[in-house]
Amino acid sequence: MIEARSLTKLFQDKKRGTIRAVDGVSFTCRPGQIYGLLGANGAGKTTTLRLLATLLQPSSGEATVAGFDVRTQPEKVRANIGFLATSTALYGRLTARETIAYFGRLNGLTPAQIAARTRQLADELALHEFLDRRVEKFSTGMKQKTSIARTLVHDPAVLILDEPTLGLDVMAARTILRFVRECRDHGKTVIYSTHVMSEVEKLCDVIGIIHHGRLVAEGTLEQLRTRFGDPDLEEIFVRAVGGEEEAA
Amino acid sequence: MNTHNVVTVYLKELRDSLRDRRTLLSTIIIPTLVMPFIVLSAGMISYKVVNKAREEIPSVMVLGGADSPVVRAAIEANKSIKLVPATADWKQRIIDKNLRAAVELPPGFDAALGHGESATVKIYNYESELRSGFAVSELRRFFTEYRDKTVAARLAAQGLPASFIKPFEIRSANVAPLEKVGGNMVGGIIPYFFIILCFMGAMYPAIDLTAGEKERGTMETILCSPVARIDLVVGKFLLVLTASLATVVFSLLSMGATFVVGGLLLAQGGGGVAAAAAKGSAAQLPTIDPLGLLAVVAMVLPVAVLFAAVLLTIALFAKNYKEAQSYVSPLIIVIILPAMMAMLPGVELNTRLALVPILNISLVSKELVSGVWHWHYLALIFGSSCLYAAAALALCVRMFNRESVLFRS
Repeated sequence: MIEARSLTKLFQDKKRGTIRAVDGVSFTCRPGQIYGLLGANGAGKTTTLRLLATLLQPSSGEATVAGFDVRTQPEKVRANIGFLATSTALYGRLTARETIAYFGRLNGLTPAQIAARTRQLADELALHEFLDRRVEKFSTGMKQKTSIARTLVHDPAVLILDEPTLGLDVMAARTILRFVRECRDHGKTVIYSTHVMSEVEKLCDVIGIIHHGRLVAEGTLEQLRTRFGDPDLEEIFVRAVGGEEEAA
Repeated sequence: MNTHNVVTVYLKELRDSLRDRRTLLSTIIIPTLVMPFIVLSAGMISYKVVNKAREEIPSVMVLGGADSPVVRAAIEANKSIKLVPATADWKQRIIDKNLRAAVELPPGFDAALGHGESATVKIYNYESELRSGFAVSELRRFFTEYRDKTVAARLAAQGLPASFIKPFEIRSANVAPLEKVGGNMVGGIIPYFFIILCFMGAMYPAIDLTAGEKERGTMETILCSPVARIDLVVGKFLLVLTASLATVVFSLLSMGATFVVGGLLLAQGGGGVAAAAAKGSAAQLPTIDPLGLLAVVAMVLPVAVLFAAVLLTIALFAKNYKEAQSYVSPLIIVIILPAMMAMLPGVELNTRLALVPILNISLVSKELVSGVWHWHYLALIFGSSCLYAAAALALCVRMFNRESVLFRS
């Protein structure tokens, strides 16, 4: 479960003054649900997810992730989330097995638990072939699968995914989407940010449209279609953010 | 602080670093192989150059002296110099290094000596040029000998003994123990080497573990794990410290081996006379106090901690590897200056200087290798160094908690 209430993040910029990267965002994401955070580049998606993952501290407002407060219990929050983003790379000089083991240990798993979990993840994600090779030699797809294993090693209740398919080819992106669906089916809480409309249509149970740091529309795909009177998500998005010029 | 997490982070960073060619190069390979190679080859080259210059018979021009055939004949008879005919462009030839030196005899030199008058011989040379210097020494030796002969002849003519103009001799003798002499000679250089090596060894891993991680995108991966920031900092810090100390240990071992091998080579290759001379003087060579040397290593430890923490903090601030290098490189000068100051003659340890980081270590090390233990200074220096190191480490942890530093863009 993720609950955000009036979550706000301000940044100070020498030239532009105070920037409201996230501005009073409130939403709830339930277990067994994929919440799609849809927005253009710079809309505030990454900052929102970094606030939830406790990489950043909110300027005001609050949020709980898996029942823990992001402000006061950041380490407990992190122990219950799996965070995957384009900016979360892997250590090139470690093997896939060592990577999984490292994050397993940091999450408090015993060597026996790590060994069992590695076997299980390697079976599910078909990692066996390259489990003992160094990550730096991997293809994008292999890296992505290893990243998923790294994210899931401690079997977190909540998954925070920030544009995880950005820059991936079709096959690698499909692997990610399949894994996200499986996580939802296993009852995990998933928040997924993207600017790709088709991904949202295929994947998300609830959609939140974010623009200039504000949540401007929220609901299931059907609810949004009814509200904006258009079946096309792209059109809905453009209208929600206030026209094409605004969307750009 | 969670020890399990600190150890986990440390062991991972250790494995990662040991697989990184650049870290191995800067921490182990360069200090172990290149340093002694540079020292040995620089020593060999300068030894050969000096020897070659010494073996050369310097070409010298005599200016004037046409009316002084006696002294000219004596100069010509000297096989240690090669006389060349006088030309008008002698100055230019010295500058062009075609001629090593010129000697000017005043008019009527022989006659003046005969009458018991004083005369001045002038030697022209290329100041600071090694071979010109050898020519001057040879000319000075020749004329001093010539003057002594003249004096002896004059004294004999007057029926006076040689002691008439030399009523007493002056001699100096060293009473300081040899390790103190050695300490004074190399005491400044030893900590200087240690300090530089400490810094160099910490530099690359510090950048790799902070700005390098940002650049490769792994910083965010580790920050979103449940490990506390302080555990992460301490784990990384311990690895940088390990690298720094490893550099010192490896270079110490290889330098030690170099001196042993170099000494053997010198003894074998030096030939009969040189080897015998070396053996004869070995007992008289200045030494350093080995216990003092160990104490220097112990004193360098807090400096290594300080470097590791400061370098981590600065490199963390950078967005990428290149930026980190441009922040860290100028620091070398900040390190070298106080380390070098201890080598200046006359700079002695006092309470105020004992509080200046790096300089204090350099100064006290000079005393330690001489076998002098100033316990109150040692306590003050070790204490203050530990304090600076702790402050730097605290600053480093603070930086790791600042999102403006971690997510600088």
